[in-house]
Amino acid sequence: MVMTNNKVKIKTEKLDVFYGQKQALKNVNLEIFNREVTALIGPSGCGKSTYIRCINRMNDVIETCKISGSIKIDGQEINNKQIDVVRLRERIGMVFQKPNPFPKSIYDNVAYGPQIHGLADHKDKLDQIVQTSLKKSALWEEVKDRLDEPGTSLSGGQQQRLCIARAISVNPEVILMDEPCSALDPIATAKIEELMEELKKTFTIVIVTHSMAQAVRVSQRTGFFHLGNLIEVDTTDKMFKNPNNKMTQDYITGRFG
Amino acid sequence: MNLAILLLIVLFSTSCFFFGRKKIINITAANKIRMNALPDYYGYYLALWCAIPAVLILAFWTVFEPTIIKAFIINNITSSNLKEFNSDELNLIYQQIKALYLGNFTGTLTEEIRRGAENYKSFLSIAEGSKIVILISIVIVTTLYSYKKLINNNKAREDVEKIFKAVLFTCSLVAILTTIGIIFSLLFESIKFFTTINIFDFLFGTSWSPQRAFVRDATTITPEEYNELKDAFGSVPLFAGTAFIAFIAMIVAVPIGLFSGIYLAEYASKKVRKYSKPIIEILAGIPTVVYGFFAALTVGPFFREFGERFGLEVSSESALAAGLVMGVMIIPYVSSLSDDVINAVPQSLRDGSYAVGATKSETIKKVVIPAALPGIVGSVLLAVSRAIGETMIVVMAAGLAARLTINPLESTTTITTQIVMILIGDQEFDSPKTQSAFALGLTLFFATLILNYIALRFVKKYREKYE
Repeated sequence: MVMTNNKVKIKTEKLDVFYGQKQALKNVNLEIFNREVTALIGPSGCGKSTYIRCINRMNDVIETCKISGSIKIDGQEINNKQIDVVRLRERIGMVFQKPNPFPKSIYDNVAYGPQIHGLADHKDKLDQIVQTSLKKSALWEEVKDRLDEPGTSLSGGQQQRLCIARAISVNPEVILMDEPCSALDPIATAKIEELMEELKKTFTIVIVTHSMAQAVRVSQRTGFFHLGNLIEVDTTDKMFKNPNNKMTQDYITGRFG
Repeated sequence: MNLAILLLIVLFSTSCFFFGRKKIINITAANKIRMNALPDYYGYYLALWCAIPAVLILAFWTVFEPTIIKAFIINNITSSNLKEFNSDELNLIYQQIKALYLGNFTGTLTEEIRRGAENYKSFLSIAEGSKIVILISIVIVTTLYSYKKLINNNKAREDVEKIFKAVLFTCSLVAILTTIGIIFSLLFESIKFFTTINIFDFLFGTSWSPQRAFVRDATTITPEEYNELKDAFGSVPLFAGTAFIAFIAMIVAVPIGLFSGIYLAEYASKKVRKYSKPIIEILAGIPTVVYGFFAALTVGPFFREFGERFGLEVSSESALAAGLVMGVMIIPYVSSLSDDVINAVPQSLRDGSYAVGATKSETIKKVVIPAALPGIVGSVLLAVSRAIGETMIVVMAAGLAARLTINPLESTTTITTQIVMILIGDQEFDSPKTQSAFALGLTLFFATLILNYIALRFVKKYREKYE
């Protein structure tokens, strides 16, 4: 496979994460490349979600969580007190496991981010952002006539695409996806995967997934986590055809996990 | 006496439990079979069958015995006397007979009272004897019946289940019937009142001074008298006063309660929350009468002195003092309930908001509060109905003068205060003045009922959203 833009977007070095006494990540060194999809796989509780929640500092919400090590985005260290977490999260969007639209209208769900960051100075501009975001998330055709209806009235798959629209509405550089399809049916999953193909042209995407098939379908690189360790990371092609590590081999062939 | 019988029944039924259980254990061991239910169930079965019918009969007996004896006594008096008594006189004689029997009789002893008391005594002993005989036979019959079923290995487990269900049903029935009973007693007295005073004059009249309404025969009211009377019973000032004081209370309670609820739910660390929440809830446990004298003796005079410094005329009993203290009283209701509803907002919504780069206060303002709003409105409405029904503080701190005013520094009065004022002391029970208390109570009941209904609807709507 030819790498067209193999510039490092996110570089993690010696990352350790503790929840209270429990160590969730152990000395993780990982590079994520610009404008491609990186899939993180591994059994439950292996630390892959913890890892992506470090990138946008969502672990700050958890009182007992302690993070040490270095995370650099475009060479800028983000794992320190000086960084403006709010600006950081504007740059790094996130889509969660369970669709979590706000109990507001479809329009307000998407307009929420641009409004709090003041990205639109007038109504037309805001309308335009909402429309572009919904188009990018392939939801526009389905909802354009009912933007006033509550976001929660949509189907599960539509809700998840609405959440993707919400994430891209503030024009981030990176989108983190934490098992975005685990609550969806196969058709909705296929739509989201199709969408990721399109999104990776503009965004760097990190996706946590339990489905090996999904990792193969959507990602260019894959990292395998086990018990808080990053066991192996390589191009998806290599990982699934000829992994270096015996453990990776066992996991992807379904011998454990 | 009844207590002793009850104790005996309970004792007997307890021993039945052990007996029944032992019996089944023996049968199981001797025949090496597995019974339909565990031995305990057979014990319960026997014990319940032994106790429940007897207790029920005892209860009915105790309730109806006096009525029946009274009927016998009165029947005796009327049949042995040529003189005609009306029902009031008969009642009086009956009371005197009872008093004589109990040994605290005062007044002139007549022949019929003396004879009545003898009768009364003999009736009582007959009743007592037959009660004991009936109860013993009931206990024997039901115990034997259940024992027979028990050794035939009946489905004691299912039967105990049925009895248990029946007991639970009865308990809830008591609560429901009590509610219905209260509503009807309010309703009947109110209807009597509304036959004297037109309901519209009551609901829309603007002058309230029931002390002006002298007792008079309701059937012979002339139009002139009625005009005067209806001016005594216009409830608008009371409703206005109630709403006004409740409004002041809500101005205090809603912001403080809501903000402390938000603090507890969103900002307080686990440790702070653990200690501060119970402390705030202690406020709800302070008896309202304590708030009352706090309002009357501390807050009221404080406002008067404070006002005098600015040349303001402040009554020492003012709507402001009462409303303020009532607001403090209500804070824990609002804070505790809104804390609960804010906590019920799923963490995933907050995460969604943080993930697009919102700060904590933006998230609270734009996502958490709107999501919790129905629940918050519900809690505020519950607090309002609590404020409207509150009596003690306003009795002590708001005054008694029923006037239409929106000056918070003047004294005013509320529905509950007036009900208290009307009913304390000796009152003619059938005067319009007394009956007006019931009419006020009924109206108040409907007002809070409607508020509670709306509040519950809001809360319910809120619940459906996340499920």
